[in-house]
Amino acid sequence: MEYSPPPFFKTGPTPLVRLLLFSALAFALMIADARLQYLDSLRQVVSIVVYPLQRLASAPAGLAHRVGEFFVTHSSLRKENARLVRENLGNAFAVQQLNALQGENARLRELLGARSRIASNSTLAQILYDSRDPFSRKVVIDKGWQDEVKAGQAVIDDRGVIGQITRVYPWVSEVTLLTDGGLAVPVTNLRSGLRGVVFGIGRDGALELRFMPVNADVQSGDRLVTSGIDGTYPPGLPVAEITNIERNSAYMFARITGKPVAGVASNAHVLVLSWESTAPREPAPEAPAAAKRRAKAKKGS
Amino acid sequence: MALRAPRTQEILLPVKRGFIAGTLVGALLLNLLPWSGAVALAKPDFVALILLYWFTFEPRKIGFTSALVLGLSMDVADAALFGQHALGYTVLAYAAIVLHRRVQRFTIGAQMLHATAVLLLPLIAMLVVRVAAGAEFPGVLYLAACLTGAALWPLLRLLLPLQQRATIDPDHASI
Repeated sequence: MEYSPPPFFKTGPTPLVRLLLFSALAFALMIADARLQYLDSLRQVVSIVVYPLQRLASAPAGLAHRVGEFFVTHSSLRKENARLVRENLGNAFAVQQLNALQGENARLRELLGARSRIASNSTLAQILYDSRDPFSRKVVIDKGWQDEVKAGQAVIDDRGVIGQITRVYPWVSEVTLLTDGGLAVPVTNLRSGLRGVVFGIGRDGALELRFMPVNADVQSGDRLVTSGIDGTYPPGLPVAEITNIERNSAYMFARITGKPVAGVASNAHVLVLSWESTAPREPAPEAPAAAKRRAKAKKGS
Repeated sequence: MALRAPRTQEILLPVKRGFIAGTLVGALLLNLLPWSGAVALAKPDFVALILLYWFTFEPRKIGFTSALVLGLSMDVADAALFGQHALGYTVLAYAAIVLHRRVQRFTIGAQMLHATAVLLLPLIAMLVVRVAAGAEFPGVLYLAACLTGAALWPLLRLLLPLQQRATIDPDHASI
């Protein structure tokens, strides 16, 4: 064994060793998070520690908003009230019709022996802030699993779908917006009934309808609504409007872009829908032991 | 710009650990303000900036662990990949510690140049990791955060040592 003189100052491992150690740890965390989803409980713990800071940091903006609301002038309030009364009258007709139609629909479904669609509950939530991660498009809302928000639920505003809950903490949850590159929504074309899947492309105000053949019946201005076949989004919620179609027979698919109908980037309040699909569950995959036993039985016979 | 030592070298009191922790929590709070849009992209990363300051001037009172913990807090609050900021701040800590003896002797202008380069390192580390994980490049403005961060450096040099300055009582001055 080699001897070296004792160091004058105790400094521990050199910075390079520490760099390697800590970056290896960071890499391990990233891989565990992105590929294996092992770290949800650790994330929950950190979120509980950070939550008071988050609330503290978003307090000034909320306060300024409330002060601004307090000083709204009388005339603008009256104007808004008049507008709301008008809208309400307009909606009342639609609601009455809707009630009648829902009743009729239920009866017709009974006649057909079809299952009825379960009405969905909704939770009103407030957007706390846009996520500052420049690589994704997410917002954080002020309802978490304390308010029975679950991952996978659809989030809408007054005009249509804005995204989906992707991660839930005790008091807040993350909503991945439609425009995020990682989100796909199954839709159906309101005019032609054609089904497809809308993807975000990571840019504000732009969506893409992918995997549509070049000769698909899609026109500019078509409205796309959720199809409901995924069991995540209730059917019939407006998602996007087609803005541009490029048909090039050199490619297998047409390049169809659209814009979201809802105010994806400009909202203060949103609704979280808890909707459970009545679609029958996928049959569970056969257990390997049972499959082996059956194969053996077949061989024996 | 001449890279020479400042003419007068002030002797400061040793900094309290509580003060370091306080500034770091304050920086985290600034980062958590509801920034949005282009401002959110180009705003300085206050935590990185304060970490850089303390790693440069008090490298024996702050360790890699605090960089890691702050990074993980940032990841959860930002809804980012878990460990992304932790990696960035670790790289920053290494660069700052390796250079700290040199940078302490520089003039403010040269220190700002160094801060730009060192603040760029975590940005690049995070960019590489996210792009490798499948994200898209968010635009050149993303890299501007190191410039805005370095622009705040003189302010830090002015404000943070105030707490360490000895209160000189002229009646009891020994000289």
